[in-house]
Amino acid sequence: MDKFEKLQGIAAPMPLINIDTDMIIPKVFLKTIKRSGLGVNLFDEMRYNADGSENPDFVLNKPQYRDAEILVAGDNFGCGSSREHAPWAIKDFGIKCVISTSFADIFFNNCFKNGILPIVLPQEQVDTLMKDAEKGANARMTVDLEAQEITTSDGETIPFEVDAFKKHCLLNGLDDIGLTMEKAAAIDTFESQSAQSRPWV
Amino acid sequence: MSPKTLYDKIWDAHVAHQAEDGTCLLYIDRHLVHEVTSPQAFEGLRMAGRKVRAPEKTIAVPDHNVPTTEGREDPAQMTEESRIQVQALDKNARDFGIHYYPVSDIRQGIVHIVGPEQGWTLPGMTVVCGDSHTATHGAFGALAHGIGTSEVEHVLATQTLIQKKSKNMKVEITGKLNPGVTAKDITLAVIGKTGTAGGTGYVIEYCGEAIRDLSMEGRMTVCNMAIEGGARAGLIAPDQKTFDYVQGRPHAPKGAQWEAALNWWQTLYSDDDAHWDKVVTIKGEDIAPVVTWGTSPEDVLPITATVPNPEDFTGGKVEAARRSIEYMGLTPGQKLSDIAIDTVFIGSCTNGRIEDLRAAAAILKGKKIKDGIRAMVVPGSGLVRAQAEEEGIADIFKEAGFEWRLAGCSMCLAMNPDQLAPGERCAATSNRNFEGRQGRGGRTHLLSPAMAAAAAITGKLTDVRELM
Ligand code: SF4
Repeated sequence: MDKFEKLQGIAAPMPLINIDTDMIIPKVFLKTIKRSGLGVNLFDEMRYNADGSENPDFVLNKPQYRDAEILVAGDNFGCGSSREHAPWAIKDFGIKCVISTSFADIFFNNCFKNGILPIVLPQEQVDTLMKDAEKGANARMTVDLEAQEITTSDGETIPFEVDAFKKHCLLNGLDDIGLTMEKAAAIDTFESQSAQSRPWV
Repeated sequence: MSPKTLYDKIWDAHVAHQAEDGTCLLYIDRHLVHEVTSPQAFEGLRMAGRKVRAPEKTIAVPDHNVPTTEGREDPAQMTEESRIQVQALDKNARDFGIHYYPVSDIRQGIVHIVGPEQGWTLPGMTVVCGDSHTATHGAFGALAHGIGTSEVEHVLATQTLIQKKSKNMKVEITGKLNPGVTAKDITLAVIGKTGTAGGTGYVIEYCGEAIRDLSMEGRMTVCNMAIEGGARAGLIAPDQKTFDYVQGRPHAPKGAQWEAALNWWQTLYSDDDAHWDKVVTIKGEDIAPVVTWGTSPEDVLPITATVPNPEDFTGGKVEAARRSIEYMGLTPGQKLSDIAIDTVFIGSCTNGRIEDLRAAAAILKGKKIKDGIRAMVVPGSGLVRAQAEEEGIADIFKEAGFEWRLAGCSMCLAMNPDQLAPGERCAATSNRNFEGRQGRGGRTHLLSPAMAAAAAITGKLTDVRELM
């Protein structure tokens, strides 16, 4: 997995609340058996018109946000399905950090597995960052995971919380399966105990 | 011993390892797999030279993409991409030696219907699947939730998940339900009250007399939509109804093992003085038959209400409601019961079980659907379909003018050819009314099977109580 340490980049504002996984990546694009190549279809139904042309009003189609690496989004981002295609598409587009007041649980977890940092902040601070993002391409935001701090284009710093274990994995690009395999003895023990106590499983 | 909730008890029984910061390795008893969220996970295993750790606890079934029309065993009936996914699942199931129900098997169906039907889902288990509606299995008092593909790979390789414990939330539905009100109305009413993020960070236990009174089918409908309320999982304590449903199923324990299991299952309830982080109480008699008007499952109102005005909301919801109403092609103040529909879809893991089909058939019996309406029933599994045929329900649907399909997810998410056209309006018993969910530009109103049947007859959203 890619490491996430410090990111300085353009932030795109998407104030709409309840952006669901069908909006992030419609199901017609779930028919792949690969993880890559989904970025062109990120937010497909909002981003493209029915004839396939770009909708110029959609934020990521605006010249100043085409290279956005950070998304500042409305409440309850990523609700809906468990499809990991959603973070795959976000990552493939080039976005590495999403900031909102809240995220749906499965989406939130899926981000970390793909080197994306989801940050939860109170409404007031998301509003500040949303305004900063609205300034366009010159307003670069900095997200420092080690220091747990976001710096706006005006130099204002906003601290954020992150789970210590998830932070450790992101900073070091660690793969969960490898880490768990190191605890195989504990799993073996659990399995043999439960074969006694719950043999019907 | 300190008092515990049902969730606490199941959690504690499955912790294989706990790190100092509270991160746990939770042992997984059942892993359900379908064709859309698993190919990349199996590919990951192959690339790392890993095996499936517990193939005997892993069950695969293709459901999301499969056609629901006759002759579908013929791969030519699928689109190229669907065929690739279904064939990948066939191959992965065979290569890794996991239980498999191909489309040609009568037991095939929606993964969340097949699991309970075959007795794979049992009380007190941990159950996961790369699908958010895994919450369905919570109806058995199992801790069941959806996971992403990386986690699917993690469970395949290690039979565990890295988890932190959620908080405990109690949703109590007191008293009795009024006639015409069903499990679907309960679960939608709860989301209407708590919002789609109201359960974020929690595992919900549904309890109260109205929940106890529900059949296992109804309980599955309630838990199914816990995810729409944002919760990691929904649970209902197992009771005699649960045990009766489970007993005798192909993979349920038998003989002495049944007795041992039952002994443990009977301890699976929340202690009286257990701690709840959040409690929501709704009176059963206050719940009406409901429909959704917008593009979020929280956009719920009684069928007797009118389309709201965006200005009635606050914060980000004002803009979201405006966008929803425009997308749905509605006018604020319009009566919900005046909304004409084009299509009716009865099915999905929310409402594709035998009881759902019976409820719809009871309304349809001896009646015809309105001219010009496209109406479709997609049973949740081949066995549900066979039972409905045996009970004569299939004939009621067919005589009324419904298409009688084979089992699968179908128009719940429209990955197969069953889709809405832009602007087409559908009364659906499924669980998501997101923009484009049932086809690009399609408009979805969520409701119960009985309400869907009523809409098919009148051609508009209808209060089912008028037809009872
Ligand atoms: S029926 Fe719908 S919600 Fe259920 S598993 Fe299939 S696609 Fe998902």
